[in-house]
Amino acid sequence: MKKEDFFKPIEDAVNLIDDAKRTPLPDWDLSTIRSSQMPSDTSPEGLWNAFKTRFDLVHGTCAEGASELLAALKSQSVKAGYVDPELKSKLRPWLQEAGIEIHTEIDASQIDTYQFGITQAAGIIAETGTIILSDKSTSSRLGALSPWLHIAVLPEQAPIYPTLYDAMLDLGDDPYIVFVTGPSKTADVEGILIEGVHGPGIQICCKL
Amino acid sequence: MKTKQPIDAFARDLPREVRESVYVSSKAKYDKRLDSLNQSYTAPDSIRKLAGQIKQHTLENLPTYLGSAVEQLEKNGAKVHFAKDGQEANETILEIMRGVGATKLIKSKSMVSEEIHLNPFLEKHGCESIESDLGEFIVQLDNDMPSHIVTPIVHKNRKQIATTFQKAGIGEDYNDDPQTITRRARSFLRQKYIEAEVGLTGGNFVSAESGRIALVTNEGNARFSISANKTHIALIGIEKVVPSDKDMAVLLNLLARSATGQQLTVYTQFINGPKAAKQPDGPENMHVIFLDNERSNILGSEFKEILRCIRCGACLNVCPIYRQSSGHAYRAVYPGPVGAVLSPLLAGKKYPDYADLPKASSLCGACNEVCPVDIPLPELLLRHRNKAKQEGIKKASAGTPSMAGWSVLCSSPAMWKTSLRAGKAMDYISLNLIPVPAVQAWAKERTLPPFRGGKFRQWFKEHKRNKEA
Repeated sequence: MKKEDFFKPIEDAVNLIDDAKRTPLPDWDLSTIRSSQMPSDTSPEGLWNAFKTRFDLVHGTCAEGASELLAALKSQSVKAGYVDPELKSKLRPWLQEAGIEIHTEIDASQIDTYQFGITQAAGIIAETGTIILSDKSTSSRLGALSPWLHIAVLPEQAPIYPTLYDAMLDLGDDPYIVFVTGPSKTADVEGILIEGVHGPGIQICCKL
Repeated sequence: MKTKQPIDAFARDLPREVRESVYVSSKAKYDKRLDSLNQSYTAPDSIRKLAGQIKQHTLENLPTYLGSAVEQLEKNGAKVHFAKDGQEANETILEIMRGVGATKLIKSKSMVSEEIHLNPFLEKHGCESIESDLGEFIVQLDNDMPSHIVTPIVHKNRKQIATTFQKAGIGEDYNDDPQTITRRARSFLRQKYIEAEVGLTGGNFVSAESGRIALVTNEGNARFSISANKTHIALIGIEKVVPSDKDMAVLLNLLARSATGQQLTVYTQFINGPKAAKQPDGPENMHVIFLDNERSNILGSEFKEILRCIRCGACLNVCPIYRQSSGHAYRAVYPGPVGAVLSPLLAGKKYPDYADLPKASSLCGACNEVCPVDIPLPELLLRHRNKAKQEGIKKASAGTPSMAGWSVLCSSPAMWKTSLRAGKAMDYISLNLIPVPAVQAWAKERTLPPFRGGKFRQWFKEHKRNKEA
């Protein structure tokens, strides 16, 4: 239906409200919603450590450097997976040596051939243990989502937000952003927690 | 005991195992919610009140905020549609599908799509519509209805689910291990994500400032639904708008904690347009359908506070009536205290059919206490009762004892005085001896405390005498 016709009853309803009784927009800032999970040490090192603690609590895994990244791949005995084209030249020597096949494009009809995905993150949030992925920073939505093992590489210049609030104020102009807080999970069957429903069963955040 | 209210009859006949699983799950989620809020905040109540004010303010200025959200979405290349009711929304979805030559749709969990009965509508028109949330998928296979806003299959156990999968041919054999069930759904549904030409989602919040739609899931189904196809339809009720991205931070802080006791859901997405140009995956077309479906009527009524609801399910989990009766007892898409307020209103002209639901409450106030947006649910339930009484709706007073005797008693001081004396006698008479079936049924499970009334008049007389002396 037409926009004007759709808005008319909403306007009529709102006009019934007495002006004196209208609820003002509350004035608040970060201090109003301060949580005990907010990191106290806001140096880059402190924020990374706070992130590690929180990420671990949501069953995510942190890695530092190429050797830890490779160890994670080896522990899952992967043979082939998706790698962000920008990371290809950097990672190829190690992956080739381990006999792991690299794809830089996802063919959706062959979705199960990608046992892992390595993509880049737009940033992380320390307070909640969250990785931020976005259309502009993360090379493939499917590469970060469909494999059992996903490694989000945190570029050196990527921001570490102390809190969810800080991240929300800096969403920028990306049309698609996703906050990833641990592996995909469900408790639909008898309330029992199962990880790896539609997305990754193993979620790693790696500082290279 | 003869039970006159439909919800009582449903609770009475509820299989024991269903009652148990509903009770255990509700209690667990209630405890987790409390732990999570108390661990994070010194004064969680003040954040609830803040969230309530933000949503109330938005609703009272909805034309401005909704208008701004529409403008932002259009600026970013999304096509915005407006649907007065379920029929219009369904037709718009079908039209969009036909426009891109699609017959297959993958759907993430959305209460609004349940409200408008989208799946049967699409099936009737030759389209496949598959639920991708594990619980909703099982509900769909069973031709059942979700019984909880957040955990749709809380009324089923693993054996029932395994049987459903076996019948539907998902997996080779009967297997009731929850992990196997989940893996089988994973492998079945990922094919569906890829085959589908259109992905449909709901929306938890919409920022008026940026047009961003916040969409939360734990499984990742809403994320997959908008990764492997080229058309995204977001179906959203008009009450989901909030002023800014900043305000979404407050609501996100409360939503997961209130629903499942998590600090944040696993996947929290923000979408305000088709995919970025350099991104290979995801929708090139984005359609947003804003749905009214009685909401503007509610906004102009004495029930407008119910539109603050963010569908966390905390009021269900804490409600003693819901815990005993389970969600299906409410005969509508939204169960529990929120459903008892909302369902009669969403029914429009069929209000009288649901006018008994507001009676399904002990008015204990727990629902208001846990509500992340501080909705005065008990107050709204009372307003419903009053409305039904004023309008003489019979269904609303089924099973309610007549108050005629009481009104005679309290309009005569002499009779009142006598009955206070008689009250004392109750200490010595067993209620079981009173030949009224309702009293006997009540007394079967309960004992009366000793009567302590009737002393005020005596005290007042003496007090007056002492003062004069």
